[in-house]
Amino acid sequence: MAQNPFPLGKDELLKAYRTMRTIREFEERLHVDFAKGDIPGFVHLYAGEEACATGIMMHLNDNDRIASTHRGHGHCIAKGVDVHAMMAEIYGRSTGACRGKGGSMHIADLSKGMMGANGILGAGAPLICGAALAAKVRGDRGVGITFVGDGASNQGTFLESLNLAAVWNLPVVFVVENNGYAESTAMEWAVSCDSYVDRATGFGMPGVTVDGTDFFAVYEAAGEIIRRARDGGGPALLECNMVRFYGHFEGDAQTYRAKGELEAIRASRDCLTILSERVIEAGVIGRDELQTIDREVNALIEDAVRAAKDAPLPVAEDLLRDVYVSY
Amino acid sequence: MSRKISMKQAINEALDLEMRRDPTVIVMGEDIVGGTGAQGEEDAWGGVLGVTKGLYAKHGDRLMDTPLSESAYIGAAIGAAACGLRPVAELMFLDFMGVCFDQIFNQAAKFRYMFGGKAETPVVIRGMVGAGFRAAAQHSQMLTPLFTHIPGLKVVCPSNAYDAKGLLIQSIRDNDPVIFCEHKNLYGLECEVPAESYAIPFGEANVLRDGDDVTIVSYGLTVHRAMEAATALAKDGTEAEVIDLRTLSPIDWDTIIESVERTGRLVVVDEAHPRCNLATDIAAFVGQNAFGALKAGIQMVTAPHTPVPFAPSLEDLYVPSADSIAGAVRRTLSPKGARSIAA
Ligand SMILES: Cc1ncc(C[n+]2csc(CCOP(=O)(O)OP(=O)(O)O)c2C)c(N)n1
Ligand SMILES: [Mg+2]
Repeated sequence: MAQNPFPLGKDELLKAYRTMRTIREFEERLHVDFAKGDIPGFVHLYAGEEACATGIMMHLNDNDRIASTHRGHGHCIAKGVDVHAMMAEIYGRSTGACRGKGGSMHIADLSKGMMGANGILGAGAPLICGAALAAKVRGDRGVGITFVGDGASNQGTFLESLNLAAVWNLPVVFVVENNGYAESTAMEWAVSCDSYVDRATGFGMPGVTVDGTDFFAVYEAAGEIIRRARDGGGPALLECNMVRFYGHFEGDAQTYRAKGELEAIRASRDCLTILSERVIEAGVIGRDELQTIDREVNALIEDAVRAAKDAPLPVAEDLLRDVYVSY
Repeated sequence: MSRKISMKQAINEALDLEMRRDPTVIVMGEDIVGGTGAQGEEDAWGGVLGVTKGLYAKHGDRLMDTPLSESAYIGAAIGAAACGLRPVAELMFLDFMGVCFDQIFNQAAKFRYMFGGKAETPVVIRGMVGAGFRAAAQHSQMLTPLFTHIPGLKVVCPSNAYDAKGLLIQSIRDNDPVIFCEHKNLYGLECEVPAESYAIPFGEANVLRDGDDVTIVSYGLTVHRAMEAATALAKDGTEAEVIDLRTLSPIDWDTIIESVERTGRLVVVDEAHPRCNLATDIAAFVGQNAFGALKAGIQMVTAPHTPVPFAPSLEDLYVPSADSIAGAVRRTLSPKGARSIAA
């Protein structure tokens, strides 16, 4: 076996690949089942963006908090939320991560430090400042990561949070997931500055831009700024440039894209292909090992869908439960 | 000329007609054109559910896509209104009011009064309300009572395509800020709508069905549930009068009181939560002003005091049903109705 040239050991590399493959398989399965009419509501898929969530979450533990977005399945899986509970939630079942009350846009698992996907753009940033404040007050070395899309990065809540985190020197990392579009609107048009690094600078914190389809680039950049935040060095911004493989939500015809655009990004910017090729070429992991993972992940997702479909629906008395802790 | 069109088309048509008539009307919102700055099709979306589709081809830059910054663009619409334009700003889901409410209730709603009657703010903020779309807690609310509570705001919530067109035209011509609430589950519903322009005045309820036994008052989607209930009740010989409020602020007290004085029984149906909503508002008004006419306790049928659940099995229980409305009517008719307590 060749010497490992990567910043992660073989087991960690396999783990990263498994996480990314799980996200991909989860999303592709939803894409198919949504088209069949099996899944209610709005579903926003993370396929194509797996390297970002995974490269960041490899540095976190359950005590670290993340605040996610409407496109949250990938963040959940990478943060360790149970895939069966997620699938059941998306199917509106009582075995779901939120007992069917939240659905795709609101999956949360506080025990894993996953403070929720969110239906309101920009809402995660103030919340994660609070999570980081709690960690700072407790002195437990926890960090907070908030994800925000290029579109949602124009929300007042996000911009105010940048300033607050800097002023309070909070252990926060603001991750801008720049996939070029907000719904159908181009980031190029909607974001007035050339680079998110300029925005970070304007708010008095370091900013880094990486190729978000390159797992290693994300992993290394995130590692450094997360370490810095953990050590009391304050907030930072990480921009991941990446691509969304499906529509804004399921059912979007994507006519705003240039002809051939999707085919091109799928061919040249598939983060899973990029990662596989790198580790195989380096001789660190064999193709067969990855294929074994693929088969296991496939079986896992298949089982999650089967279990979700078999699971009980929430019933009338659940409607009134859990509005308050006590009332 | 009149033809059958959906509520979605009726809204599109109202915007089109007013933009033709008045050059100060501009329309803005997130992806209301779509594809801005991108390489593909222009007018790629026409709004998230296609309500504004095609208007860009007719009116060009008077339709403006916005960055995802509701505080800024809703506030800008209000500022422009105070300076002589008639902006119609789409807030997609009115739940997003959460991020821009200051501009609406501390700014737009206050200008006229606070500036001693010297300001006019003819802005329309339109967007989706209501449950039943499997869109979960942050995209399904009926926040009409919040808006109705604020002096200075007018609040409109049509139940059909005909009203949507006439009320939106009136909203654009009106010189006060209007919150125009579109129930997403009514977008596809068709009815006869004249092709020409017409305005429906505010504060005029629509009596959809005459009846002498009980008055049912509602607005938006639940108007249809009330009509279903009325049809079912008629089979048992109970004739319900069904009143569609159409506008919540101003509200047509006269029509409600006149009806209750005749029927002696009132059921108010509101898709909003049960506390401090249109149902409690109307019940209190009738209790105060027509107490002598009441033969039974007023019944309220509302959504429960919970956020909107995602699971279809729960959401279907959340929105007031025809059955629950018919049940409420029966309670007003039972011998004990005079002392009944809301279920
Ligand atoms: C406050 C608020 N405004 C608007 C929306 C509607 N909306 C949901 S996702 C979205 C686009 C988000 O784009 P971006 O932030 O780039 O994230 P992406 O979908 O590309 O991951 C919009 C406009 C919302 N959910 N919340
Ligand atoms: Mg985006």
